[in-house]
Amino acid sequence: MASLPYLPHTDADVRAMLDKVGAESLRDLYSDVPAKFLKKGPYALPPAMSEQEIRDWFHDLEAQNAHLKVFVGQGAYDHYTPSVIPYLTQRSEFLTAYTPYQCEISQGTLRYIFEYQSMMCALTGLDVSNASMYDGPTAAAEAMKMCVACTRKKNTVLLSKALLPHVIKVVETYAKFHGVNLGYIDASDGQTSAEALKAALTEDVAGVILPSINRYGIVEDHTGFAEAIHAAKALMVEYCDPSALAVVKTPGEWGADIAVGDGQPLGLPLCYGGPYVGFMTVKKDYMRKMPGRIVGQTTDKEGRRVFVLTLQAREQHIKREKATSNICSNESLMALWVTIYLSLMGPEGLKEVNRQSSDGAHYLYSELLKTGKFEEVFPGKPFLKEFVLKPKKFPGLMQKRLEEAGFFAALDTEEGYVSFCVTEKHSKEEVDRLVSVIKEG
Amino acid sequence: MKYNPKINEEVAALQGFAGLHPLMHAGLTKGALKVYQEMNKALAAITGMYTFTFDPCAGAHGELTGLMIMRTYHMQRGDFGRTKVIVPDSAHGTNPASAAVCGLEVVEVKSLENGRIDVEALKPLLGPDIAGIMMTNPNTLGLFETQIEEIASLVHGCGGLLYYDGANMNPLMGVVRPGDMGFDIMHLNLHKTFSTPHGGGGPGSGPVGVAKHLEDCIPDLRVSGFHGNFGVILRAYAYILSLGKEHLREVGEYAVLSANYIKECLKDVYKLPIEGVCKHEFVFDGLLNDGAREGVPGATTLDVAKRLLDYGFHAPTIYFPLLFHQALMIEPTETESKETIDAFIEVMRKIAAEAAEDPQILHDAPHCTPISRPDETAAARNPILKYQDA
Repeated sequence: MASLPYLPHTDADVRAMLDKVGAESLRDLYSDVPAKFLKKGPYALPPAMSEQEIRDWFHDLEAQNAHLKVFVGQGAYDHYTPSVIPYLTQRSEFLTAYTPYQCEISQGTLRYIFEYQSMMCALTGLDVSNASMYDGPTAAAEAMKMCVACTRKKNTVLLSKALLPHVIKVVETYAKFHGVNLGYIDASDGQTSAEALKAALTEDVAGVILPSINRYGIVEDHTGFAEAIHAAKALMVEYCDPSALAVVKTPGEWGADIAVGDGQPLGLPLCYGGPYVGFMTVKKDYMRKMPGRIVGQTTDKEGRRVFVLTLQAREQHIKREKATSNICSNESLMALWVTIYLSLMGPEGLKEVNRQSSDGAHYLYSELLKTGKFEEVFPGKPFLKEFVLKPKKFPGLMQKRLEEAGFFAALDTEEGYVSFCVTEKHSKEEVDRLVSVIKEG
Repeated sequence: MKYNPKINEEVAALQGFAGLHPLMHAGLTKGALKVYQEMNKALAAITGMYTFTFDPCAGAHGELTGLMIMRTYHMQRGDFGRTKVIVPDSAHGTNPASAAVCGLEVVEVKSLENGRIDVEALKPLLGPDIAGIMMTNPNTLGLFETQIEEIASLVHGCGGLLYYDGANMNPLMGVVRPGDMGFDIMHLNLHKTFSTPHGGGGPGSGPVGVAKHLEDCIPDLRVSGFHGNFGVILRAYAYILSLGKEHLREVGEYAVLSANYIKECLKDVYKLPIEGVCKHEFVFDGLLNDGAREGVPGATTLDVAKRLLDYGFHAPTIYFPLLFHQALMIEPTETESKETIDAFIEVMRKIAAEAAEDPQILHDAPHCTPISRPDETAAARNPILKYQDA
């Protein structure tokens, strides 16, 4: 009967348990289900595989995917993952643990979330972090809802058109169903336009979502933005790459009220888009409107320093339809991943990651221009690891040749540019090889 | 909480998956796309739904997506007046919260004494303003909604849709399909039913399935950045392959057997508010004898939960559902052996005996954990949320 490793009962166990319950057969346990709903006949599923067969099957599937050097970002960045991280996150104390509702047996989980919150606050320059969100785009959508909830009676949120495309799309989906009006701020010369922002700040504007580094890879200058937004009694949200915050101005320094983004650049594998980890940090004033779980420090009966889930009065299991958000499970294990990554890097290590990535990207930028096959789009604008160029010819053939040579690079953008990204993982030799493939094409 | 198979971790870590950039075109990601296709087929077979979207990253995210699909369906038909969704009083807190995020007004329907939806109370709520109903079946008391056929007919009759909260799908795995019961939209929690690790609170995955007539309502909904939590979906796919059509049928049955066995073994010392066969879980309403005496209050459900920690068992969900004051929800799965289950029963009986003898032992619990009960009031009153605050 029980022939599967995941089903440990013996036939004798099953008989003994059925006897205790007073049932003849397992199907008797479904006597409360109308007979017409009991599935008859086989399920249209493949036959069971052994572990060996499963391994072979997935190796076969894996082989059907391209194995390319990734020179594209656009919201998912191929940074180096220190080897210790998967070993630690695979420990079953972390991996298989339930949500830390029972704090007396969950101090390890609660503690790393506390450290994660501390580090995210340090990186973003804001006061309070939650325990994580699903991903960057959904964190931006939650920030949009928060702007409306914090400002009352206002119902418009402005999005910079320079935000990454997938962020805009997810925010639009949430806005449509949550009944929030969206306005858009144009970009000019590769960055969110200050004039367009000021013109769009009408009375109904509850918040503005801006990219710290935008879809063109340009590090934006938000001088004067906070003053204008706050004068309109709206909230300022910065969407950031947390890795880059080691070297660019933080949301706190720009005067933002909320920071959101994706923790993926902090050493998470690309993994076809997930699991990643969204983050959100806010100024203290907005703490009680923040969605998601929050861990706090307190003392136990013996006066020891301990950690608990706190401020739960905001959450769905208490407030139900009046909760600030419906989020329940988040991306806890990926927050652990980020915490270990940041612990290993430290402030200096993270700066080094950025220095190497930026050096590589600037080198690639100048080498690509030398090929004569591209035009500059935003000359002189500051960028870090990612940039766009305008190909002089239709780029399809070039992309195909790059793929054949083992590169994923020169991704098309909506504007007709191609986007490149370099990280510390890429050697000069690899960059040179990439350039030579383009040169020969 | 199921066993999390190690082979699943192994396959999810393969570089050909872990190194895949989400914006690679279909020609570069054939293996990944095949995983989605095969998972779609498998989940459709298991649930009786037509097709799934894999974008939602957790159960609540799936609920939200499912409700967006519900609203899209009505809007596509030019039916703009359906602004309310019915949610039973026994529902998970995420149900009403998801409805609110989706811009729907929540209408609560009461449960009967037997723990099921009061169909008579449902009838007057139905009308042209109802977008649909969100149901968990078996519900959060672990009870099958025996009148599901009538409920489905009534809700469909008023033009509404039925949403199935897949948090409690496990007992139906291989036995009953939500699609056959009349549900139009549902989500699954891959981190519950399909054995992917809970991770201390995520990452999860909450794929949403729809019946054929709702197929066109999915495409424009972008609810997460890329393609959902692919790494979690991979693990769940490995789980389905390891069960196959031969063993999938056994999952629900064994989960239900475990729950009923525990219930029968403990109902003489814990208060069972609703008799009869349960599904994968059941709810006690506290101790039969809480040991209350002059000067010493009786042991509560919280005390029982904390005492369980001393004996090496994770405490169950407590004070939910909200229908009983001392709710203690016991939810074993099919992957716990009889040996483990018997050990749990023994401990629960021991705790009941302790409560009757001296409830103070329970009030002071846990005694053997790394820390004792924390001051949660202080944590909320004076929040220290990062080390710099301390």
